[in-house]
Amino acid sequence: MTPQGIWRPSFFEEAVPIDSPITAAIQPSYKALIPPALIRRMSRGIKMGIFAAQQALDEAGVSTPEAIIVGTGLGCSEDSEKFLRTILDNDEQFLTPTSFIQSTHNTVAAQIALRLACQGYNFTYVNRSVSFESGMLDAMLQIHSGEVANVLVGGVDEISDHTYSLLQRIGYIKPDGVNESIKTSQTQGVNYAEGATFFLLSGERTAESYAELVDVHIINSVGEDEITATISGFLQGNGLTSHDIDIAILGINGDKAFDSYYFPVQEQLTNADVLYYKHLIGQYDSCSAFAPAVAATVAKHGAAQPILRWQGRPQRPVKNILLYNQYRGKDHSLLLVRTC
Amino acid sequence: MVELKEELKGKIIEVLNLEDVTVGDIQDGDALFGDGLGLDSIDALELIVLLDKEYGIKLSDPKQGKAIFKSIETMAAYISENRTK
Repeated sequence: MTPQGIWRPSFFEEAVPIDSPITAAIQPSYKALIPPALIRRMSRGIKMGIFAAQQALDEAGVSTPEAIIVGTGLGCSEDSEKFLRTILDNDEQFLTPTSFIQSTHNTVAAQIALRLACQGYNFTYVNRSVSFESGMLDAMLQIHSGEVANVLVGGVDEISDHTYSLLQRIGYIKPDGVNESIKTSQTQGVNYAEGATFFLLSGERTAESYAELVDVHIINSVGEDEITATISGFLQGNGLTSHDIDIAILGINGDKAFDSYYFPVQEQLTNADVLYYKHLIGQYDSCSAFAPAVAATVAKHGAAQPILRWQGRPQRPVKNILLYNQYRGKDHSLLLVRTC
Repeated sequence: MVELKEELKGKIIEVLNLEDVTVGDIQDGDALFGDGLGLDSIDALELIVLLDKEYGIKLSDPKQGKAIFKSIETMAAYISENRTK
């Protein structure tokens, strides 16, 4: 679920870079998936999560996963804002139950489980920009330890007017009226959006598998001068060097103050074709969940679509894909994905 | 009374976010819960808050709700007799 619409085979061919400070995800019809009596109480984040989760399950050919893990930075912030606004506007009187019930961060994972009648492990990570990666790490450990055979894991965040207006006021989101893409960005802040991305991870390769998730690494704080050493250590731990990376998918978002973290990484990964994706889906806390979708597509098809390429390095056969993301110099994550 | 009923229908649609339902779709005698409009117990709590906020009526006995919220007709009658604003 993205500002480009839902996930589909022609997604990248039809995608158009966004250039607005805040872009909503294009919403499909939910009526086939969610009963009308439930839809009317659900915020966009819940509906997007349910839709994306079902798409992942359908593609994997799994009806009920053994575990559900969701990463979200702000959770169901629309209902949180509504509930808090009611408290203020009505002087702590007339508090209605609906927005309170669905204002908690774990509502998305819970609603997915309720709909699927999944009574397995259900967890929500709320770790800002590594919320999704925390979920991926947990999912990988659950499978490696033999706790479960498969895990539905995803990231969700929704636009909420007041929160986004505050982020705009402090310069995290570009001001209204500024229309810059990531490549033409000259002003402070970035283009924000919302979305939901889900995957079905399993311990076995199947005919539907896109790629193998090899490793996940999360670091809260790293200096610009330390990032290449951190990446080298991560690759070394997986028996690789920087020369072995064929594709690097970076979280470049057009923030002049912090995109500099990605410059030495591009120098370090000399053989890698560098890709970016936030020009298509925007920035939000769990937006990096889209990077594995890019990796999976590239791994499956063996080449990157032109709209994803940051620079014109020659492409070579794809085996090892490194994903690196950070937000404002914090919450760094590294994922290693391999063709299978 | 007619005006109050129409106002009530509009407020219920708005508060309960009844998508695809218009004021014209709700008949005065239609059941609000069960087979009629299909409302549930969470909606009942929303309606209690609606009575308090919009008409100054506090329902001290929850058992009263069943009769009051039977239909738009019964709600409007109770509001017109007990409203404080």
